[in-house]
Amino acid sequence: MAELTYLQAISDALRTEMRRDKRVFLIGEDVGVYGGAFKVSLGFQEEFGPWRVIDAPLAETAIIGACTGASMMGLRPVAEMQFADFVSCAWDQLVTVAAKQRWRVGTPVPIVVRLPSGGGFSGGPFHSQNPESSFAHVPGLKCVCPATPEDAKGLLISAIEDPSPVLYFEHKHLYRRIKGEVPEERYTVPIGKARTHRLGKDISVITWGAMVYTADEAAQQLENDGVSVEVVDLRSVMPWDKAAVLDSVRKTSKVLVLHEDTRTGGFGAEIAATIAEEAFEDLDAPVKRIAAPDTPVPFSPPLEKAFIPQVEDVVAGLRDLAGY
Amino acid sequence: MIVATEIAVDVVMPQMGVSISEGTVTKWLKREGEQIEADEPLLEISTDKVDTEVPSPASGTLVQIFVQEGETVDVGTKLGQIGGSAGAAPAPAPEAAPAPAPTPPPVSVPAQAPVPEPVAEAPAPAPQPVAEPSGNGKFVSPVVARIASEHGIDPNQIPGTGRGGRVTKQDILAVVESGASPTATAPSAPQAEAPAAPPQAPRPQPQAAAAQTGEQVEPVSAMRRGIAEHMRRSLDTAAHVTSAIEVDMSKIVAARAALKKEFQSAYGVNPTYLAFVARAATDTLKDYPYVNGELRGDSIVTRNYVNLGIAVELADGKGLIVPVIRNAEGLNLLGVARGIADIASRARDKKLLPDDVQGGTFTITNPGGYGTFHGTPVINQPQSAILGTYALVKRPWVVTDEDGNDAIAIKPIMNITLTYDHRLVDGAYAGRFLRDLRERLENWEGDGG
Repeated sequence: MAELTYLQAISDALRTEMRRDKRVFLIGEDVGVYGGAFKVSLGFQEEFGPWRVIDAPLAETAIIGACTGASMMGLRPVAEMQFADFVSCAWDQLVTVAAKQRWRVGTPVPIVVRLPSGGGFSGGPFHSQNPESSFAHVPGLKCVCPATPEDAKGLLISAIEDPSPVLYFEHKHLYRRIKGEVPEERYTVPIGKARTHRLGKDISVITWGAMVYTADEAAQQLENDGVSVEVVDLRSVMPWDKAAVLDSVRKTSKVLVLHEDTRTGGFGAEIAATIAEEAFEDLDAPVKRIAAPDTPVPFSPPLEKAFIPQVEDVVAGLRDLAGY
Repeated sequence: MIVATEIAVDVVMPQMGVSISEGTVTKWLKREGEQIEADEPLLEISTDKVDTEVPSPASGTLVQIFVQEGETVDVGTKLGQIGGSAGAAPAPAPEAAPAPAPTPPPVSVPAQAPVPEPVAEAPAPAPQPVAEPSGNGKFVSPVVARIASEHGIDPNQIPGTGRGGRVTKQDILAVVESGASPTATAPSAPQAEAPAAPPQAPRPQPQAAAAQTGEQVEPVSAMRRGIAEHMRRSLDTAAHVTSAIEVDMSKIVAARAALKKEFQSAYGVNPTYLAFVARAATDTLKDYPYVNGELRGDSIVTRNYVNLGIAVELADGKGLIVPVIRNAEGLNLLGVARGIADIASRARDKKLLPDDVQGGTFTITNPGGYGTFHGTPVINQPQSAILGTYALVKRPWVVTDEDGNDAIAIKPIMNITLTYDHRLVDGAYAGRFLRDLRERLENWEGDGG
């Protein structure tokens, strides 16, 4: 075991797979000579050469299109969107071509799209978004959102192995802030399995990505009030671990669904609806959602703080549920 | 539906194109009570796209007409009925049933236009944030209502600690736990069960598979999962058939004895029986391209090369891998022996590259090392066949001399099986392959048979 940052764990997973399997290659804007905008692939071009660490033009459509074609010919491409926000340019290739190929003709499309996502550093409207719900809505695409270094490595290896296109949302706010023990050997974390980040019995928080830490801090504060909060880290939003969520809800009977993406049509809506449908008779309070308001992500630091759910917001939500 | 029958068969307005939702009956070609054969024109219809004849979906009597000429009806609407007892039907047609129609008549399918209705969303009413007292009591949450009903408790009699005096799950569970349930208003039977009920498990939950006493549980490795999926998929895909043949290996035993020392001292390679069989099988495949072929979608693929897979067991039942010797057709016995030794050792040392396990066209598996004399291996998809080699055993064997006299001799005999995908490879073809392979092995000379 070694202590790695979230970012180092991502690099470690890529290096492990590229050393093991020469079908795996990287493509993206500045991933080669420059080592990636966040230096995830620093030193990769030296080790693997320019044909496996490809600097692409500023054309996300071309990047995803090339990956899709390469995957159909047997390769295992890993594309980097410099920022998750830019993936909207590649919507057509992802949604119209990659997602549907398996159903249309049966060929797998084993591509991974790495999406540095999330805010918290005044990146503004084009460098801070969490667009996972848009893609979770598209049948044929998988979406994973690791929160810990260990999961970052294991889920990325699973994503590369997976025969379907996988969108890998890596949260920029966690890159260098979060460290953890990461096994040195190769391992996988199954896509679609949640992880209980914190055990509790009174209220369940269902969340993923950077919000896992926000929820955990809030849960610590509630502990002082004598309220025991369980934090379920979904890890994948598509497929998502319905059984784990329902198990937790059946135990606590009170739920808070928390995400950094905007509220309306966010993936929390799907979770809340499923709980209402399948665990209605276990509920002791309305299902509560905390999410960003329905606006673009603001630049201004105080406004961004008001936009992204903060620990105080979650504490208030949990207190409200506890007192219901 | 195509046999003369007493069973009523409906004639419906056919779907004449995806966007067509209705059609008009322009003319009935038969009258009620008349006999009709399957596929014989029954009526004419007119739609927005085409005017066409509708063939009869069955042989029998046109018992009833429901839609008259000139009427326009939705696709799928019943137009008439053939056979059955609805009308005063005369006796069924005495002649033999007509030959089956080559294509099913479209009229028999009451297809519905797949037109999804876009649903306009109604504006939601303003949410009610606070639980209001409802009916004759306080607001009861779904979980409290369920626990109350399971235990025969009236929640309105419990002092609530929730917002506005609401009874919370904890409140009612405390009552259940105390076993008193003094507030029950309905003196019904379930009450008696209350003390025995577990407080925190109101409903049995499915448990994750847990180890029973004496069992050990280990996680499934990625390789095991891969093997499991691959084996199952092969059996779900191919039509497996196994044929076996007995081969007199006398010449091979002699050839091997002669070559063994030279191969080992000069090249450090052991000329195994497997290498001989692989060499002979590769030669034989030239004459049997389907055994080395593949059924790929609507095409049959054959090759002018043999990429020979060799099944290798990893230590202690930890898995199986099938590395490939590429272009085995270009290798002599030494090359094959060396190739097998190389991939087997690299497989056990986990030094195989991804390319080493891809692109195989035919596989040999050798489970005979432990004395087994027969087996039915699973084909390595997407290949068409897998050869199994078994224990070399000395057996009493009937031999015939030049004068035609039979005698019993002791011979080294090996059973060899070919398991093949009967979708592509016929039994006789597989039999000839095995016969030729045996000939090569029994008449081995120099570098090959």
